Amino acid sequence: MFDIKSVYEASSVSDAVNHLKQDEDAIVVCGGTDVLIRVREGKDAGKALVSVHNLAEIKGITMDSNENIIIGAGTCFYNITNNDIIKANLLSLGEACDTVGGPQIRQTGTIGGNICNGATSADSASTMRALDAEIVCVGPNGERTVPISEWYTGPGKTVRDRCEVVTKFIIKKENYKGYFGYYSKYGKRNAMEIATLGCSVLVKLSGDKSTIEDVKIAYGVAAPVPSRAPSAESFAKGKSISDENMYIEFGKKALSDMNPRDSWRASKEFREQLIKELATRSLKEAVRRAGGKI
Amino acid sequence: MDYVGKSHIRVDAYGKVTGKAKYTADLCPKNALVAKVLHSTIANGEVVDIDISEAKKVPGVVGVFTCFDVPDIEFPTAGHPYNLDPSHLDPADRKLLNKRVRLYGDDVAAVVAEDEVAAVQALKKIKVTYNEFKPYVTARASMQDEAPVLHPNISKSNCFSHISFKSSNDFNYDEAKKKAIEKYGEDNLVEVCANIKTPLISHCHIELPVSYAYVDTNGKVTVVSSTQIPHICRRVVAHALGLPWGKVRVIKPYIGGGFGNKQDVLYEPLCAWLSTQVGGRPVFLEISREETIVGTRTRHPMDGDVRGLITKDGKYVARELVNYVQNGGYAGHGASITAKCTGIFKNIYKDELGVNSEAYTVYTNAPTSAAMRAYGVPQACSFSEFLTDDLCFKAGLDPVKFRLENCADENSITGDQKFYTYGLKKCIEEGAKHIKWDEKRKAYQNQTGNIRRGVGMGIFIYQTAVWPISEEISAIRMVLNQDGSIQVQSGATEIGQGADTVWTQMSAEATGISFDKIYVMSTQDTDLTPFDFGAFGSRQSYVVGFAIKTCGELLKKKIIDRAVDLELTKGKKADELDIKNNNVVDKSGATVVSVGDVAMNSLYSQTKAEHIVAECTKQTLTNTFASGCTFVDIEVDMALGKIKINDIINVHDSGTVLNPALASAQVHGGMSMSLGYGLSEELLIDEKTGKPLNDNLLDYKIPTAMDAPDYSVAFIDMKDPTGGFGNKALGEPPAITASAAIRNAVLNATGVSFYQLPLTSQRLVAGFKEKGLID
Amino acid sequence: MASKSFIKFNVNGRDVEVPFDERESLYDTLRNQLDLTSVKKGCEVGECGACSVLINGRCVDTCIYLTKWAEGKSIVTVEGLKDEKGDLTDVQKQFIKEAAVQCGFCTPGFILKAVEIVGDNKPYTRDEIKKLIAGNLCRCTGYMNIVTAIEHAIYNNMKKQGKDYKLADNYKVYLDQGEEAKNKMTDELLLHQEAKDAQVVKEIFNNK
Repeated sequence: MFDIKSVYEASSVSDAVNHLKQDEDAIVVCGGTDVLIRVREGKDAGKALVSVHNLAEIKGITMDSNENIIIGAGTCFYNITNNDIIKANLLSLGEACDTVGGPQIRQTGTIGGNICNGATSADSASTMRALDAEIVCVGPNGERTVPISEWYTGPGKTVRDRCEVVTKFIIKKENYKGYFGYYSKYGKRNAMEIATLGCSVLVKLSGDKSTIEDVKIAYGVAAPVPSRAPSAESFAKGKSISDENMYIEFGKKALSDMNPRDSWRASKEFREQLIKELATRSLKEAVRRAGGKI
Repeated sequence: MDYVGKSHIRVDAYGKVTGKAKYTADLCPKNALVAKVLHSTIANGEVVDIDISEAKKVPGVVGVFTCFDVPDIEFPTAGHPYNLDPSHLDPADRKLLNKRVRLYGDDVAAVVAEDEVAAVQALKKIKVTYNEFKPYVTARASMQDEAPVLHPNISKSNCFSHISFKSSNDFNYDEAKKKAIEKYGEDNLVEVCANIKTPLISHCHIELPVSYAYVDTNGKVTVVSSTQIPHICRRVVAHALGLPWGKVRVIKPYIGGGFGNKQDVLYEPLCAWLSTQVGGRPVFLEISREETIVGTRTRHPMDGDVRGLITKDGKYVARELVNYVQNGGYAGHGASITAKCTGIFKNIYKDELGVNSEAYTVYTNAPTSAAMRAYGVPQACSFSEFLTDDLCFKAGLDPVKFRLENCADENSITGDQKFYTYGLKKCIEEGAKHIKWDEKRKAYQNQTGNIRRGVGMGIFIYQTAVWPISEEISAIRMVLNQDGSIQVQSGATEIGQGADTVWTQMSAEATGISFDKIYVMSTQDTDLTPFDFGAFGSRQSYVVGFAIKTCGELLKKKIIDRAVDLELTKGKKADELDIKNNNVVDKSGATVVSVGDVAMNSLYSQTKAEHIVAECTKQTLTNTFASGCTFVDIEVDMALGKIKINDIINVHDSGTVLNPALASAQVHGGMSMSLGYGLSEELLIDEKTGKPLNDNLLDYKIPTAMDAPDYSVAFIDMKDPTGGFGNKALGEPPAITASAAIRNAVLNATGVSFYQLPLTSQRLVAGFKEKGLID
Repeated sequence: MASKSFIKFNVNGRDVEVPFDERESLYDTLRNQLDLTSVKKGCEVGECGACSVLINGRCVDTCIYLTKWAEGKSIVTVEGLKDEKGDLTDVQKQFIKEAAVQCGFCTPGFILKAVEIVGDNKPYTRDEIKKLIAGNLCRCTGYMNIVTAIEHAIYNNMKKQGKDYKLADNYKVYLDQGEEAKNKMTDELLLHQEAKDAQVVKEIFNNK
């Protein structure tokens, strides 16, 4: 039994926002795979939970008339991985979601929670960062859209107000069309892992598939918040895909953008090794997926 | 044999796949109160004061008890047989709740409440004032003079045991080395000196330690618990509460794994005492995973300096181990685990000039270490097997050939414990054949590139049961029913290993009553089931085997004698009769009368009725060594430091294999545990604060299904003359050598020696960088 | 203090309405209100899978699932498993046959996960099975026999539908007595157990 004040099952997003506003102890819960654990640890004990767990309006994946992809924040990881729109257009996001925890967690845990918990280790976050996702929140003052580049404010912290509910994510057509991605996760085990390091690469090749037209690389756990590596991105643009050294150099450039920390989970040196190595490997895989012959 | 040696399906499988098998928490009465324990937030110091006034006000709280309230009795917790010689008793070094805090998470107070939330809320309101000392986590740190003595009543210094097992009393490694140089010349010798470290690890049985206790109407303090050792648990609970032993009753239902953790008495005494403090009402005490990892027991981390000397043509000349053993805040099993480690290191190889195996066991401000599957031998074989492969590598020798020449043989171990049957060399040969050793050693020479493959091996030897270190007895009772079926009662416990199934097979073999008519009582109850020490030391099938064989023969004789006495045998005398397949048969095998008819006639005779029951106690006075090895083929991703297992086999010399399917399954589990030990598991303690860093199943990494390769298993099936059914140890041995074999395969693949388990990617990458193998 | 309410849902094929404290997890409610003790506690944080049940056919950790969320949903625990004849399901039989059960504590969670996997009607490989069961921890078996049991259950399910599925043969257990002997043993055991437990078995298979 959880040490909580109450649970309120919201009938709609606006109902949830109203309840969050009414009680200072209220926090929103969706899948529960983070919040309920925080309650058990005592960090969120005594809170009034406002649940959006069963709200259909924040679930599901659609493509609008402009070919933007809209992902409901309450969509669980399993449903993202197995969705046809995702499989056809955002394969690496689906794959990243498929590395979260274990299968049971992926049935209940949601992408909304993954982005709202502010964790740099969140498996979907680095790919969302590479995709330049837009985050739509509804709060007491109505709806607002925040680019993911402005979302994170520190470890475990975001610009979301306690009374705001994230309802959906928008992936703009120009940010995914023509791109192919790959997500590499390093964990000590092969499953049930918080990433020691996560690296997501999206690449677009030239028409003849010989050079890199555009590349985006984002990391989890390489810095306090999910972060892009701009020097690596600008370095690789226009480079030939057949140059083996380019991939190694890409990893080195990425490292120069990052500032990993030393912790008991992994040393700074080891994380640096992972930053380089996963960048190299993810870029290669992404290029192969884009049809490049390395 | 008709039943033993066959892959009978588990007798408890049906109950377990249907959810009908009940474990301790499933049986707890609904009206039970809930107990929760308050743990210290310092690792070393004293409780000066505890303020419980606010905690008592929480609605639903029935009682709050602190270290100032508990009986002034110190008690031991090890699941060892009692010893009439006081000098052989385990250290009595803890109270139910402790004022002297010896580890982070020590038990200082407890709350009993109507429900869990009330108990948790009350815990948060207890205010403890400490006098805090600096923590000393490791053995070497805690041996320093500046470290406060943790148990002055037990030992004047934190190092409470120093042992040294030598090949001869006057053996000295340095002297031996001098002699060797004289004899062989320095150029003909190879020496390796290294410091080897093994990790602190957690058993991670999936069922948490749980018990509930109540005072029964007859005044007995009754504890239902997930324990491997019900009869020992009764003795320890009685000791801790200051009660006569018969005043305590312990009941053990199905248990969700133990692996040695539940071979210590854990929270049963506290749970029982709390019940006595709330009028005998049932009190339920289930600890969390975090409490289990930190506050129950662990496997000892060992820090050993090893030296080894061989001739270049492949002969062990001398070895030495000086081992610093971190025992944590309490003694648990005391120095007995260290002793087993020390003895195995000494005996596993033959050394021309001798060996010194020596160890210091030290109280420290860390989680208490005690029994965990294979009792100090995974550490012993880390020392011996790392050292041996390093020597072979340096001398350019083949590790298989070297071991075949130098490993313990049928005569090299003398004394009360020895090989009555010997299969170690055959195991090595089988393992090498399976892994294609020679072929792969050749293929894996001079590799470059990011993926490198290697083969490796490790060997072990392991005693069966604990005699003569401790007493070994087992008692069995067989009760005949009217239909010719029997109940078999034993104090030995089913903990997942398949004991109930094997008892059924053995009982069928011994009585002539068929497998389906034998009901092994799975629940142990100290008031009902005969005496046995419980599940540990790979002892049960060996020791209980003797008892079942003897008891079965006794029952058979009783049935035949009754049949003759009741004139049911057509004039045939007892010595002409036997029991086969539920019938009393004559020498030709023809049925004379069914066992069921004998039972009916015996029980309902108007003039000479008798209930047919057999009971016996069997003391075991032999101990035979089992042995075996692991062979593995791996590949290493150099840049990420990741190891992938391509093929792995364990080969066991465990005497007669009682049930091959269950034996293989048990070996898989042991291999998986050893893979975790070798690759991913370590409980990290912050040396500054003594605080555990990864005390949950996310951060403490036991293997998941995705980390598990498919295992191969082979047995050298050789009937041991001492075993009741020819069997030797198998419960623990599978968990010993996979980690060492992998470490040695990394050496083969990369040329780099690693000296600390687990072989995490971080350690491998650092090692490869140091050697310039990666950028 | 949080308030008591009632939840209506379908548990093991029966519509039920039970009182619960809204602070309860589904783990608490299934065990305490419905006495479904096959739902086990191993970690309380969704790491071990021992408390897994099927919610609308998908396997979920009940320790981190609020009871309230199950309103109107359909829950299955192993107590509710049976085949069309009221017998053990094939998944359960395969777990018995392949010696995939040891201490048995993680078993109900694995069996439910296996039921979900087999129900996907996909020809999963051993590696895919391993990925699908990675949310359930087992410390006794090393997983191998569990994977084999699931593989065999998939095989039988595919065969029933006339589809091909190849069992892997990439490992070897020496002294193995072969498939036929194992099948025979299972049948014997089930007869043996049913004779012993006739009353309870009847209750489970016929009354629910």
